[in-house]
Amino acid sequence: MYAAARHLTTKLLHDFRGEILALPTRTILFAATVLLLVLPLLTRDVYLLRIATLTCIFALYAASWDLLAGFAGQMSFGHAMFFGVGAYAAALLNLTAGLPPGLSIPGGALAAVVAGLVLGVPGLRLRGPYFTLASLAFPVILTGLIFYFPDFTGGELGLLGVARLGSSRVVEYYLVLALMLALALGLWKVATSHTGVILHAIREDEIAVRASGINTTRYKLLAFCLSGLCAGVAGGLYAHFMRVVGPSTLEPLLSLQLIVWAIFGGMTTIYGPIIGVFILYPLMEYLRALPEYRMLLFAAIVVVALRFMPEGVSAWVQDRLERQCPRCKERNAVTRRHCRVCGAAMLPQPKRREVSR
Amino acid sequence: MLWQQVLVGGLLSGGTYAVLALGFALVFGVARILNLTHTAYYMVAAYLFFDLGRSAGLPAPVAIVLALALVAATGMVVYRLLVEPLREQLTAVMIMTVVLAIALQETLTLHYGNNYRSLPPLLPGDTTVLGIQVTLQQLLTLATVWAALGAIWLVLFRTKLGIAIRATAEDRETANLMGMNVGRVAMITVGLSLIMAALAGVTVAPLYVLHPRMWLHPLIIVLAAVILGGIGSLRGSVYAAFILGFTETLVVFVVPQGAFLRESVSMLVMLTVLLIRPEGLFGRFFEGER
Repeated sequence: MYAAARHLTTKLLHDFRGEILALPTRTILFAATVLLLVLPLLTRDVYLLRIATLTCIFALYAASWDLLAGFAGQMSFGHAMFFGVGAYAAALLNLTAGLPPGLSIPGGALAAVVAGLVLGVPGLRLRGPYFTLASLAFPVILTGLIFYFPDFTGGELGLLGVARLGSSRVVEYYLVLALMLALALGLWKVATSHTGVILHAIREDEIAVRASGINTTRYKLLAFCLSGLCAGVAGGLYAHFMRVVGPSTLEPLLSLQLIVWAIFGGMTTIYGPIIGVFILYPLMEYLRALPEYRMLLFAAIVVVALRFMPEGVSAWVQDRLERQCPRCKERNAVTRRHCRVCGAAMLPQPKRREVSR
Repeated sequence: MLWQQVLVGGLLSGGTYAVLALGFALVFGVARILNLTHTAYYMVAAYLFFDLGRSAGLPAPVAIVLALALVAATGMVVYRLLVEPLREQLTAVMIMTVVLAIALQETLTLHYGNNYRSLPPLLPGDTTVLGIQVTLQQLLTLATVWAALGAIWLVLFRTKLGIAIRATAEDRETANLMGMNVGRVAMITVGLSLIMAALAGVTVAPLYVLHPRMWLHPLIIVLAAVILGGIGSLRGSVYAAFILGFTETLVVFVVPQGAFLRESVSMLVMLTVLLIRPEGLFGRFFEGER
């Protein structure tokens, strides 16, 4: 028993050194995660925790978009639909059926999965920019319906008095953080698995994938459902955290802002959009001190960032800190002279990351 | 009574959307840029006209010309410095243009505040057409929009520049090999589309209220029109803009409280057509874009 535990600890430590400390970007990500986990120990500021919780919710929302847009290549402009459907369904289940958050959020997520299947119908039929622009229609249609049936949906004011997510801000923070980390890890696992490779291939050339005997319809629908599920959870969490759900959860601007976050962070990575949200969302809140110039400064920052890092912040940082081994294609810290895996000599000049799209 | 109102309203909003959608489709076709800032320029032109005409006290024609020139100049500089360098990356262009639109919205909010404003009509008074009352401003807007559509049609199909624009839209590489300066053609097209957006802005400004978020609704309709008509088809985007304009007007006049549903129904029409014809009404699939 003792020996087994000791063996496990040694293995974990070994993996930690070899897999996380060996690469600077992974070390940074690990440190950031630890920081997030101990944040409530460092501060009890309610406002700060509120921002951190909202950031986590939007990070999950952005990560879910990346699976659909970055990996499966279905650039959706209407991702707010999943968020809004999840939020509204959770709020309605809570208010009319009296379900606690533990049941209403999964219910909202389920509704968002159904919404994912609905969006999948044009997704299977329309290609490229046609799908991108057509997807914008779904949240717009839902917004119209919400305004048209105000008795049921609360209309412009929205649904008020949704139950609280947890008993205190700290509990809520940990709940949201845990769910975000777990689901984002799940998304990352899917994206780096065999399924992720097939999704990637569908993005590059769907006809070739189909010619290889792969049922692309099934994989695309899977991407829509998984993406809808995660965005729906984010929406449900938002409903119970803010305790009010209005048409703003379906706004086209929310879909577009998501794309800004995701591309700023770096697409097709899952972690990139999360990083983007963790940089941009708190920044936006910080800029609240200058209310008039807030959005303008935000826009200026994004414009400058894009002009110089069109692949996103995460790729830019990775290019600066790490280099690819010329022989085995493993990544290495920029300071290493020899590859940590195969021992080949590293090239003196950093190799540019190839532009994938 | 009702049908005449729908006719006039549909021609008006359809015409406005057509001018906007045509400009958008031109830039998308020639420069391959999904210019989400397009309708923000429309808004800026309306505000500039408001400012130059009322606050600076310039006569209306001067104010219009000045507004058009200012918007076109600003838009071209922005395109050259910020959008063109990213042209190869579709996603980067998208967020750049969205963010630019948000920046314009915020600049206007800073300057004019977050409230609604309206302009006095250029031509006061009204008249009776087909048995219903129409304001002269509506007729003026209608005439301007149709004149603009006609003019752009002449440019595209009767001039050498028009041939260059259409050739570049059809096949950029071949047009380049034929000795056309593709970059310059793209630049001219951007200018043309900016002028069209600005023209729509100043002619429509006296009919609707001005608000710093007024760019979002036309943008959604324009995007819908461009895919409904078929990407790459200029004719298609104009027809689709009219279809959507008429749908919207019909919903507003026929359905009780239809104003809430106007966008929903337009989007539903677009989706239905796309499910039957995934390439849009007049679109075709490009070789290599499968």
